[in-house]
Amino acid sequence: MSKMTLKTEGDRHVVVTRRFAAAPEAVYRAHTEPALIQKWLLGPDGWTMPVCINEARPGGKIRYEWSNGEGAGFYVTGEYLELVPFSRLVHVERMHMPHATPDNHIETTFTPDGIGTLMTMRMTLPDAATRTAMLSTGMEHGMEASYVRLESTFK
Amino acid sequence: MANLDASFSALADPTRRAILARLALGEATVMELAAPFDMTQPAISRHLKVLEGAGLITRRVEGTKRPCRLAPAAVDEIDQWLGMLRKALSANYDRLDDVLAAMKTEQ
Repeated sequence: MSKMTLKTEGDRHVVVTRRFAAAPEAVYRAHTEPALIQKWLLGPDGWTMPVCINEARPGGKIRYEWSNGEGAGFYVTGEYLELVPFSRLVHVERMHMPHATPDNHIETTFTPDGIGTLMTMRMTLPDAATRTAMLSTGMEHGMEASYVRLESTFK
Repeated sequence: MANLDASFSALADPTRRAILARLALGEATVMELAAPFDMTQPAISRHLKVLEGAGLITRRVEGTKRPCRLAPAAVDEIDQWLGMLRKALSANYDRLDDVLAAMKTEQ
């Protein structure tokens, strides 16, 4: 079953939706409490997030650092613009690899959906070229994971 | 099939994937492409030759420069990458399902 959707919208947006079998409060907390974020926001197999700063208040800072344990890593920094507990988060973020990418403006909403939650994450990039670059950079990591998995099947 | 194989091996290298990501922003010269990497221009040129051979980039002549841009095949490739990004994100959310289930148990 494919529960997640990811699509581009217009020239500058990317919209991700996903349903969860938990109340909006729990899903919201899993997006704002570092001890919970570190358990799932990891990307490719074998990566961890040794540094997780998430100050869930307007103007609060976000900093996520990922590592593959073999010297490779990158990080994201950001700031919160708006928070409505358990229903809405608005923040900007940028990736450092190591040069900072243009800001990605992200609105995340958590809507009650039956006994669960519908999460909608709407990203807005400054322009079409930046969106393409962001998607291909994200894909770069997805591809890395698929190549690592491919290699491990050969061992 | 031959072209698929060529594009697969061309993309197996992280530097070449990063070059494509940079070209997604627009046309660039060898010098501009070499700047973010700790590599010489001849080394970058070798990567460009592989990408060109796989039909992922095209180059034109402009005086002494040969600027590169994404070929239509690379644009298709980027669509496929979208699928991989989807997979990586899905894996995160599958992990989040487990975190949420554990939170429920703790209550």
